[in-house]
Amino acid sequence: MTAHRQRTPPLLAVKGLRVEFPTRRGTLTAVRDVSFEIAPGEVLGVVGESGAGKSLTGAAVIGLLDPPGRIAAGQIHLAGRRIDNLPYEAMRRIRGREIGAVFQDPLTSLNPLYTIGRQLVETITTHLPLDARAARDRAIGLLEEVGIPAAGRRFDHYPHQFSGGMRQRVVIALALAANPKLIIADEPTTALDVSIQMQIIELIKRLTRDHGTAVMLVTHDMGVIAETCDRVAVMYAGRMVEIGPVADVIHRPLHPYTVGLMGSIPSLTADRERLTQIDGTMPRLDAIPQGCAFHPRCPQAVPRCRRERPEPVAVGASDVACWLRRN
Amino acid sequence: MPAPLPPLVQLSDVARTFDVSPPWLERAIGRQPKALLQAVAGVDLTIARGETLGLVGESGCGKSTIARLIVGLHAPTRGTITFDGTPLAGHGAAQTDPATSRALRRRMQMIFQDPYASLNPRWRVADIVAEPILALEPEAAKGDVRRRVAALLEQVRLAPEDGRRYPHQFSGGQRQRISIARALSTQPEFLVCDEPTSALDVSVQAQVLNLMRDLQQRMGLTYLFISHNLAVVRHIADRVGVMYLGRIVEVAPARQLFARPRHPYTRMLLDAVPDLAAAGRRRVAVAGEVPNPLDPPAGCAFHPRCPHAADRCRSEIPVLRPVAGGGEAACHAVLEGRLPVPPPAAVAAPPA
Repeated sequence: MTAHRQRTPPLLAVKGLRVEFPTRRGTLTAVRDVSFEIAPGEVLGVVGESGAGKSLTGAAVIGLLDPPGRIAAGQIHLAGRRIDNLPYEAMRRIRGREIGAVFQDPLTSLNPLYTIGRQLVETITTHLPLDARAARDRAIGLLEEVGIPAAGRRFDHYPHQFSGGMRQRVVIALALAANPKLIIADEPTTALDVSIQMQIIELIKRLTRDHGTAVMLVTHDMGVIAETCDRVAVMYAGRMVEIGPVADVIHRPLHPYTVGLMGSIPSLTADRERLTQIDGTMPRLDAIPQGCAFHPRCPQAVPRCRRERPEPVAVGASDVACWLRRN
Repeated sequence: MPAPLPPLVQLSDVARTFDVSPPWLERAIGRQPKALLQAVAGVDLTIARGETLGLVGESGCGKSTIARLIVGLHAPTRGTITFDGTPLAGHGAAQTDPATSRALRRRMQMIFQDPYASLNPRWRVADIVAEPILALEPEAAKGDVRRRVAALLEQVRLAPEDGRRYPHQFSGGQRQRISIARALSTQPEFLVCDEPTSALDVSVQAQVLNLMRDLQQRMGLTYLFISHNLAVVRHIADRVGVMYLGRIVEVAPARQLFARPRHPYTRMLLDAVPDLAAAGRRRVAVAGEVPNPLDPPAGCAFHPRCPHAADRCRSEIPVLRPVAGGGEAACHAVLEGRLPVPPPAAVAAPPA
């Protein structure tokens, strides 16, 4: 992004990130020119529709892009240290120790054959210089902290003995095991019922407050973003079209795509006869239009939008990539 | 005003139990009893002509089972389902002659959640949309069917030429519109929609919701709209029923239900939904989870999580009763007046 408005040096700085997938029919670019920063203790939401590149951006940061996907350009710095070009072993030590991960389906993050206690202790002893006894104490402490009742007894239970919401709590405990500075949470509440979803959101908020952990929260649910995040980035067709403070992006969106996205969400409080409709669909990766990728669906597109790609510029407290916002 | 017509769909004391026991031998060896899951436990529900009834609740509350009972994919264990005044399933349905019953069934169709699983990938879209027509009118002329399919595709804002393509060539939203075209092909009056937009992105969801509303106005359709997304239900429904563990705990006009929820479970659900306008509001943390439906709590199923539970709630199952100000609630605390009526729009806190 062009302007830095954060007072503290960023914990995570992503510059010009480009993620490519080489295929037999040519190279697909799933994420292009994505730049953003996360301050210590900040919760950044990344929102967008399926295929916008939000999950891949998270996977690139944590070094878990599925092959043949790869980072083709750009740099990722964590607390001042470049991490996108590290060898596999070095990155593996950073994962878990400095960056924790929480994914949508807690069952895929947990090994069904081991008790959750064993999985926690293993993660703790991998990253922290603790003996078995101290690791067990820390594991039980973590389970209590994420709100698992009777943690001492549940320690020896297997993942299938937990409900969905409790499993997601265990996954969060695992992500916190080594006290990382950053947590990447990819749709952490999508598989859960609303009452459980709210418990998990409250948990994430409390953890950022108590530990100063920064969170990159990837989700398609603007409601979750509104409740949880300090800032939000909106992605469309592999690019970040708008990033700014959460209240600005939700109540005073600048990019026509963000405007349409906000208008298409049914509200619990406002009455509307019709929802705003963005006609058409997001382009496929092999057919991203010239110029601004949103122009074929944009009600305000001008000739320039078809020719030239807008770069993000600062407007108020946000950065937005749209020709209409240039003076 | 003319005399009110009978409701289009009526459920009286409908229940459905599923046998989820382990296999016989395992049960015999382990001396385990049969495990019976009561997915729907005595539901009374009416749907008036031309209205949209929303049904909300968390996973496992029985809302999809109700959809399947109404369209006849399950038979009720107890109770009666009538359509346009004629018993269709359950008690009394045996007296309805099969031809009448078939004719009634044609007047209802269903739209499913997953537009990837509900369309046959090896059929062309035109054949998918034509299938219900050919099933019900095997003697229909080919040219006539083709014309009707083209008109149906246009109705859901697809091109008639799209009929030659296969489902995989369409996006999720377009596939859901193909499902709607297929459901409309027999000119039904009543559509049962089970989470029709849950698999879609929000902008695509808006396209489908707007389309469903247009079709309803144009064709006078009646909808049963099932969703776990409260904001979507508020947008589309005229009346809303809230389910918890197989029972309806509250039913009221949509606006009223969302502005003045009466049942403690409805209040809890509404408080838990993340909403754009309500960012930063303080909320009461929701405790606990939905109990195991194989072993539901005695009395009101919600009492272990309810902040207003009293002794009576732990022993006696509350039934739906009209409450002051319209709507019905199944809650001892509400009916005894122990629970104050919330001020209007208590949930609609303005953004800070």
